[in-house]
Amino acid sequence: MIRRSMFVVLAGLALLGLLLGACAPAATTVAPTQPPAATAAPTAAPTTASMGPLTFVLVPKNLGNPYFDTANKGAQDAAKELGVTVTYQGPATADVTQQITLLNSLIAQKVSGLAVSADDSNALVPVGQAAAAAGIPVVSFDSAIAAGGRVFHINQAEAQGIADVQIKMALDLTGADGGKIAILSATSSAPNQNDWIARMKTDLAKPENSKLQLVDTVYGNDDDTTSYTQAQGLIQKYPDLKVIIAPTTVGIAASARAVSDAKLIGKVFVTGLGTPNQMRDYVKSGASPEFALWNPSDLGYLSIYALDALATGKIKGQPGDKFSAGKLGDYTVLPDNTVLLGQPTIFNKDNIDNFNF
Amino acid sequence: MIDPATATPTTESQSSNLVNEFAPRRSFLARFQRWEWMLVALLFIVIVLNSGLSPYFLNAVNLSRTSSDFMEKGLMMLPMVFIILTGNIDLSVASNMGMSASLMGLLFNNGINIWAAALAGLVLGTLGGLLNGFLVSRVKIPSLVVTLGTYAFFRGLAYGFLGDQAATNYPASFTYLGQGKLFGTLIPFSVGLFVVLAVVFGVVLHRTTYGRYLVAIGNNENTTSYSGIQVARIKLINYTISGFISALAGLILASRFGSTLPDIGTGLELSVITAAVLGGVDINGGKGTMVGAVLSLTLIGLMSFGMGLLNIQGQVQGVIIGLLLILSILLPNLVRNIFGSKTRLTPQAIGMIVLFVIIFAVFFVFFFWSRTLALRSL
Repeated sequence: MIRRSMFVVLAGLALLGLLLGACAPAATTVAPTQPPAATAAPTAAPTTASMGPLTFVLVPKNLGNPYFDTANKGAQDAAKELGVTVTYQGPATADVTQQITLLNSLIAQKVSGLAVSADDSNALVPVGQAAAAAGIPVVSFDSAIAAGGRVFHINQAEAQGIADVQIKMALDLTGADGGKIAILSATSSAPNQNDWIARMKTDLAKPENSKLQLVDTVYGNDDDTTSYTQAQGLIQKYPDLKVIIAPTTVGIAASARAVSDAKLIGKVFVTGLGTPNQMRDYVKSGASPEFALWNPSDLGYLSIYALDALATGKIKGQPGDKFSAGKLGDYTVLPDNTVLLGQPTIFNKDNIDNFNF
Repeated sequence: MIDPATATPTTESQSSNLVNEFAPRRSFLARFQRWEWMLVALLFIVIVLNSGLSPYFLNAVNLSRTSSDFMEKGLMMLPMVFIILTGNIDLSVASNMGMSASLMGLLFNNGINIWAAALAGLVLGTLGGLLNGFLVSRVKIPSLVVTLGTYAFFRGLAYGFLGDQAATNYPASFTYLGQGKLFGTLIPFSVGLFVVLAVVFGVVLHRTTYGRYLVAIGNNENTTSYSGIQVARIKLINYTISGFISALAGLILASRFGSTLPDIGTGLELSVITAAVLGGVDINGGKGTMVGAVLSLTLIGLMSFGMGLLNIQGQVQGVIIGLLLILSILLPNLVRNIFGSKTRLTPQAIGMIVLFVIIFAVFFVFFFWSRTLALRSL
């Protein structure tokens, strides 16, 4: 008589055996070589950095953000030109704990280099040092890891320049009489956001900006719904608000939508940092007559060239090192261990149709 | 069920069933019917599968690094098992962790010695646990409601302490807690601490009367209370310990990051509860072992590590763990229902097994397909 217990064991083993069979060894990683909407073909597993094809990983603050998706496009272009593989992996939400787990996993896989946009500049230092100890060069782009956790930081534009251009646009939009402005940021821990906000506040203290009055700073966490709700909150709380500055592509789009939905176009203006494709309708409707950005695709492109120069030993990452970045030209590492991409561009209805990203 | 008072064994099988029902000795294979053995089997499968699929899995350095990712959850799971065994829950563990770490960070930023600040954090966390315990045991508010409230309250306090600032630059002696290794081995300090505490908690649960009382309370609180056991005091102690351990885990996490922000540890409470319930601790209380909980923590840790190496996305990993959790609750019930007291391969039983196999095959195809989707730029 077969005992009932044996059936449990047999059933369990049968299930698990089928799991084993279903998981026949497949490609261990897949390398996309095309920008979005193209199918990716599985290629061979990545090898270690010393010999053979290099594999770099672009790690955004979180997935599902068009700004970082565009950076990835540039990174893939660079990958094609350099003959390396670039994979694009990030946490589901802008949570540093998830980013650390992901980076630990990538270090374990012995990738050739990491380009990271930090969710928290300090918390990533230990894992950045662990990567360096494992022989993996780490650069940060867009949002810096604190010094000691990366070789150098690739800055899209000078932080002061980014702050200046946003205050200038706010002053343009309020007109000579000035008025109340508010800032809608991303997460309260994002280092780039906090840097820009601090600099904007210093700018506001200057005499030429004295007519602008900053009433509030709120956080949309780079989440569309949260940003939209925060923007609505600002409009309701400050009825005579003139300008919302949103130095985040998610926040600016949500705020422009909130202003349009509340039928306040022409009374409340939205400016900040946004992508042309997202903001085109709002520029034309007048909800956001002008905003600024740099090209995130160039940022991703430059990051991969920088990683390649580090991984192949062309540069060590010290101030003064020069490296070439394909179509962008030559770059030098600055004394504060950053690399500067360029100046921000202001988009308005005159030039917005010239861009597609 | 055969009623011993009126049954007359008429067949071989019926009499042998009678023997099975009431004999104190269990058959050899019946011993293996526990959920803990299923966990062992799954652990074995996971190790074999992953070491086959990735050359980086069985690497000592990698395992050492990944193990410290799970120790905060592990530490908080230990008192959570006690609390769940009594039929209660504690949703505030991660917020308590954040609150204690934030207080420590605030004091440290203001120049106070890190160890004094850490002690203050521990005290605050313990007080938080005491608050939970008081509200649950004396005021008799359901634990779900209490800890849901303190979940928000503690996290609010954390933001109140640190606001927008971060606490950084902890001295190396402190970061040793989260980042250091034991005496020249590859084992992280936090893992060593966890093992010691797991043994302590396990011994208390399985070998002391206190542990027995926990199980009794979970099975039937009223009869336990009428038996003269001080149920309220036990619950108070449970929650206070939970508060202390959460604060300790907060210190370890802050030291692992080398910095503290008020949102530290957000969302961890669900992983802690998942690990406990997957370990066979019945969510209604009264059943569960520490061995099972530790096994399930190891299983989840290794599965997550393995899936990460295979570049399976975080959300998909969550799907897998969720399925495993559902399975852990369904499987024992299903087996009991299908087989009952007789073992016969009825068409129903065969149908169930085939259904399970198909579901698993479908899900595994989905998981591997989802990898290529995730790695394409979105």
